[in-house]
Amino acid sequence: MQRSGRHLPRLPFLALALSGALALSTLTATASAQTAGDAGPEAQLKQVFSDIEASRLDSALQKTEALLRQYPNFRLAHLIKGDLLLARGKPIRTFGAAENAPEDRIADLRAEAIARLRAYDDKPSPNAVPRYLLQMPADQRHAIVVDTQKSRLYLYQNDTRDGRPRFVADYYVTHGKLGAEKLREGDKKTPIGVYRITASLPAKKLGDLYGNGAYPLDYPNEWDRRQGRGGHGIWLHGTPSNTYSRPPRASDGCVVLANADLSELSKNLQIGVTPVIISNSVEWLSLDDWQAERSALNRKIEEWRADWESRDLQRFLRHYSKHFEAGGQKFEQFARQKRQVIADKEWIKVKLSNQSVFRNPGKEEFVVVSFDQDYRSNTTSNQMRKRQYWIREDGTWKIIYEGSA
Amino acid sequence: MHPASPKPRPARPLALSSLLVCLCLAVAAPIAQADDLSDAQKLVRQKQLPQALAKIDAYLAVKPKDAQGRFTRGVILTEMGRSADAITVFQRLTEDYPELPEPYNNLAVLYAQQKQYEKARTALEMAIRTNPSYSVAHENLADVYAKLASQAYGKALQLESSNPGTPSQLAMLRDLNGATAKPAAAAPAQPAQPAQAPAASSITQPVVAGRSASGPVRVAAGEVASPPPVAEKPAAKAPLAEPAKTESVKTEATRTESAKAGDKAAEKKEDKAADKSGKVEADIERALRNWAAAWSRKDVRAYLASYAPDFQTPRGVSRKAWEAERTQRIDKPGKIEVMVEDVRISLNGDKATVRFRQSYKSATMKSSTGKTLVFVRSGGAWLIQQERVG
Repeated sequence: MQRSGRHLPRLPFLALALSGALALSTLTATASAQTAGDAGPEAQLKQVFSDIEASRLDSALQKTEALLRQYPNFRLAHLIKGDLLLARGKPIRTFGAAENAPEDRIADLRAEAIARLRAYDDKPSPNAVPRYLLQMPADQRHAIVVDTQKSRLYLYQNDTRDGRPRFVADYYVTHGKLGAEKLREGDKKTPIGVYRITASLPAKKLGDLYGNGAYPLDYPNEWDRRQGRGGHGIWLHGTPSNTYSRPPRASDGCVVLANADLSELSKNLQIGVTPVIISNSVEWLSLDDWQAERSALNRKIEEWRADWESRDLQRFLRHYSKHFEAGGQKFEQFARQKRQVIADKEWIKVKLSNQSVFRNPGKEEFVVVSFDQDYRSNTTSNQMRKRQYWIREDGTWKIIYEGSA
Repeated sequence: MHPASPKPRPARPLALSSLLVCLCLAVAAPIAQADDLSDAQKLVRQKQLPQALAKIDAYLAVKPKDAQGRFTRGVILTEMGRSADAITVFQRLTEDYPELPEPYNNLAVLYAQQKQYEKARTALEMAIRTNPSYSVAHENLADVYAKLASQAYGKALQLESSNPGTPSQLAMLRDLNGATAKPAAAAPAQPAQPAQAPAASSITQPVVAGRSASGPVRVAAGEVASPPPVAEKPAAKAPLAEPAKTESVKTEATRTESAKAGDKAAEKKEDKAADKSGKVEADIERALRNWAAAWSRKDVRAYLASYAPDFQTPRGVSRKAWEAERTQRIDKPGKIEVMVEDVRISLNGDKATVRFRQSYKSATMKSSTGKTLVFVRSGGAWLIQQERVG
């Protein structure tokens, strides 16, 4: 439509207000921005803000309205629309220029805008992998890595040709109101660690809060319990019907996705299998570094297996931490029991398969190792799925926990 | 635009226009019909809505396509609170006369009253597309944008009071005329109070030679330059409807004098050629004023003598029939006062197109309307060859 000239001087205010508020100038598009997985509104949102910065407000409004046709309950887009419409009548100087707007809600939407735009600009490089996905078993098709600081969930595919995780898609997520590193019940924080999806709860059995489905995680895991961490009921779930998305920090500790994203994601989830690794901030490794770390750990696990077969107690026990604790046993009890058992054996055969190695995110330096263990000896045989926690101790990796998975 | 509605509106003095500037589209029709239209418009102002509706329906029974009549009917229905019917009327007008901005504007007003702001916005954007300098639509659109912004914020922030309780009070136009201002005029809103008039008059007039008075009280409609937007043939005067503040009529004479003084001062500075052309234009203006004066005196003979022998009668009726109609019209009992203002003359050899604002006041009616007369030189005199509204 025709724009009367009197609006023109006002445009820079809006561009400043919005882009300044979002500190867009610090965001630079990277070459990887065009990688696959452009699900969700980020690309359009990015164009809207580009238009605003270039004072193309009519175009920005059109794109915002297109966005709203696609995502009718997208509150952030409504806020931008409000700003763009208001700017036609008067200068606006802030993001979310609504009169009497509750500051906390504006702040929430601003945080969401920043999170979405930053995620769009900082797509993971195809030449880097999350440090946590060191090895995935053949029957595990996908893995999920969450970055709470970036409000982002990354879906990786297990490429069984070379064991490399391949980036599939990423989604905006909400996490705990009070952040991450959950310690106790009701602290409104999201746990940091290596978890698995344990079940699928259909929307019919849930309240509207959970949107179109929920996938409980196995928080607290063995490590959490050992650390005395409390609470339960940490889920991946959807969004209530009255909004497309929630602010970056809004849940009681769950990881929340837009319903459409959860539906998309759910196609790739295997109950009891798919790992969900929640980090404060994903650490990325170059393929070389990733390969080195993966090999070192696999070597260490193989040493442990071979030493077990050797029936040399000292060689076997050197893989265990002095702080080892499992099934009510501390290291000394465990060592005593192993001495008795191994003394009986004339031979031991241990086969490991379907091995996974996931590094724990964050300060605590350990990896979670799982495998199918086929144990045979001259007296017994058993098959089990075993999980071990290997911790970095005295410059090497040692087992601090093991048990059936 | 036009003065404010009777309702006080603190926000902006727009609201329902009370100034009826008429296109006088109906004047060529039998006088009874023209009376129906003007009567209807008058009855609206007197809030006698059922009577107004009856009048306009009678009028439209004869002239079902008449844009002004249909428009007036839409206004009446709006006033009666029959929004759905009014919407239908204005909607059909936008379909039949897509070049007219006013029906879009009023459609938008009705949608806004129903809080259908997206529809209101679309209609207003159409109004502006048809007429980019249409200030009423711009102001209304700004209002609608604000409402939409408020709605958007409500959705964004989940505000309880996201939807301000009061539906939008946009400016409803009463009449078809008046929106189609020239770009230079940027369509100043007609001030509600005469006191505000000077502010609205600061716009310079386009191409004026031999101007007389550029009155401080400007009716937006006065700048109408486009031809009457309706299929009906424009015709003789018979101004209908109310309008023009008495003040403007009263001050007319004074302003003319001062303007003339200004002209004289200007003339001194002009070179001879300009001086000469100024003289011709003065002659034309004199002819115009004589015509208006004869009409005011109800001097039918002098009035009719202002018209050229080849005057193009409305609808091609015979000269005799036209003269009879005019005689009957002018001869009605009661005083008539006809004023001309904002005279702009464009001279082309022996032909001159004169645009001006005609204020008409009789015992039963007041009006202010833009008018164009085409004068031709006939011997030493300038006579009217064409007359049209707008």
